[in-house]
Amino acid sequence: MRLMQGNEACAEGAIAAGCRFFGGYPISPSSEIAEAMARLLPKNGGVFLQAEDEMASLGAVIGASLGGLRAMTATSGPGFSLMQEHIGYSHLAEIPCVVVDVMRGGPSTGLPTAPSQGDVMQAQWGSHGDRSAVVLAPASVQEVYDFMIEAFRLSETLRTPVTVLFDEVVGHMREGVELGAPDESRLGSRPEPLEPPSEAFKPYGRDESFIPHIPNFGSGYRFHVTGLMHDERGFPTSNTEIVAELLERLEKKIQVVQSMVPLESYQMEDATLAFVAYGISGRTARAAVDLLRARGVKAGLVRPKLLWPVQDELIEAALARADVVVVAEMNRGQWVREVERIVDKTTLVLSFGKAGGATITTDELVSFALSLPDALSIAGSPGALKKEGAFWSAGAHEAG
Amino acid sequence: MEGRKVDMNIELKSKEPASVPVFGDQKRLLRHAMMPHMLCPGCGHGIVLDAMLSVLSDRYENLDKVAIVAGIGCSSRIVGYIDACTLHTTHGRPLSFATGLKLARPDLDVIVVTGDGDGVSIGGNHLIHAARRNVDITCVLLNNEIYGMTGGQAAPTTVLGAYTTTTPQGNAQHSFDVSELVKAAGATFVARTSSYRPQVFGEMFAQALDHVGFSFVEVMTDCTEYFGRINRFGTGPDLLMSQARYDPEIDADLAARPTVEEISNPQPVRPVLPTGLLHRSNRLTLEETLNVAGGRSSRSNENRVVSGSARRDL
Repeated sequence: MRLMQGNEACAEGAIAAGCRFFGGYPISPSSEIAEAMARLLPKNGGVFLQAEDEMASLGAVIGASLGGLRAMTATSGPGFSLMQEHIGYSHLAEIPCVVVDVMRGGPSTGLPTAPSQGDVMQAQWGSHGDRSAVVLAPASVQEVYDFMIEAFRLSETLRTPVTVLFDEVVGHMREGVELGAPDESRLGSRPEPLEPPSEAFKPYGRDESFIPHIPNFGSGYRFHVTGLMHDERGFPTSNTEIVAELLERLEKKIQVVQSMVPLESYQMEDATLAFVAYGISGRTARAAVDLLRARGVKAGLVRPKLLWPVQDELIEAALARADVVVVAEMNRGQWVREVERIVDKTTLVLSFGKAGGATITTDELVSFALSLPDALSIAGSPGALKKEGAFWSAGAHEAG
Repeated sequence: MEGRKVDMNIELKSKEPASVPVFGDQKRLLRHAMMPHMLCPGCGHGIVLDAMLSVLSDRYENLDKVAIVAGIGCSSRIVGYIDACTLHTTHGRPLSFATGLKLARPDLDVIVVTGDGDGVSIGGNHLIHAARRNVDITCVLLNNEIYGMTGGQAAPTTVLGAYTTTTPQGNAQHSFDVSELVKAAGATFVARTSSYRPQVFGEMFAQALDHVGFSFVEVMTDCTEYFGRINRFGTGPDLLMSQARYDPEIDADLAARPTVEEISNPQPVRPVLPTGLLHRSNRLTLEETLNVAGGRSSRSNENRVVSGSARRDL
């Protein structure tokens, strides 16, 4: 067990996952990741490149990945904006890479070194075009370490960019971390080419798992990689059927991730009030659940570790018994829209959003929860609220 | 690291031209399945592609260990026609991808093909930083002084006064001297040639491949459909003849031949540019300064005989 910062654990996790290339550009509050990688990579036979900007950082990462190295970059909001172009490239060309975004307050230069969860929608929709993203959200220093290993496993196995999204608090706080070396099965690997080199070789050939078996450059195969829509040979095409099929395959490939990452469900067996929260807000909400339970409120927590693609079925099942769902996030209400989309229309979904650079506190969530019965009955929505001990239930169901 | 301070300018050892590539065997390196190509009739890029293939076919049995990386634009599309490990990246960023690839696989020969919009405008920052780092790759920049693929808009290489679809009154912005820019940024090999003289380009390209460090070959080519047509230069052959005027000696011989039709534009659209090998020096490569094993040694530059004469000899 070692005491370390989330950003340091990020670098340690990457090294443990076999990452051997880092291309990055300094930005708060992620810079410690680059600094740690600059220290760790040469010792581990890897390469650290400080690039001229964020576009170059991720470009170099993708180039190194095509050369066969596990590769990553780390940044914060403004840099994440600049990287969107290459995240889209990595997705379409199917070159694995891991992108860490340690969120700070935005928009624009915003609030350097103050926490935020404002990049949640950007992580999915920031790059142009139709694309489903893979985004992990660790809540502790230990999870940062573990999720880096998981991010590389998903990225390498599925040949897609994976974003690890956490906020400044998780990045800078110090906790004890178990730095266990992952066994082989947790590392994953790129699918090996299915056929020997030939003129008819199809690097993007179809596979029942939807994952192409693309070789690395310099391994005896000659082939073309492009950010244009392409056929199975990797050649550019504007054939509408081929393009539609490519987009369909990419989508199916990404949705597989839903079943690969577990969901945290805490005290949800009999919960009528459910918090949905991720990252550091998830830990705040978990503490709030304990305090509310001590006061007789049947509260629970659903904490997604995978923000994108959204695990619709898992979340719907976890929230099936809840009457009121409070989505607590450090923004003006982003992921709450996904929860609204998923849950039964009779369930009341409320947003507890907090922007401005301060974390959500446990007290705030407890007060909010306890004020709900009165607030909702004054508003006359969602119907009659029935007191049940210190808390209430129903209401929302009947209103539907 | 004491070695980092090494920065010796090397005297050109000879004025003799290096071996001239033998043309004819280049088709075997063409990616036939990708044909037909998308270049316009009269476009200079095809001439450059042909010359590149000639040099490569002279040097390689196959291109298994050669990665050719390109950005976005007409010039960048030509890499798809080469049967190598080819990477068509994003607009302006091929040097970033190439740098990462080279650091991951220093044993691969990495060539970047870019254009003037790609390499000097949107990718200008990457270009100067690649030159500064002296990463051991060869960059060929096809300069047609315009954005061809998007329909003939002005580029930072479009000379003052030239007409384009976004400069209907004549270009009001000064242009870059790309080779001088790259030289100032620290490139250790800089040459400028033109599609009018593909053999000279081939010679410079071959020397650039031999050179260990960031080698840069700017090749002036022509966009017939936009630059030529809008500026009333004529068609492909007329544009090639206008390129001949980059060479003062040829220019003198061609004194009687008109270059630009008399239009209202009083600007000299084709200034005389120095061509041939413009700069050569030696210092440690990025791979060497980062202690990445498996690449070439910059020491091998020291005794290489090079030719800076690539003008009228061919």
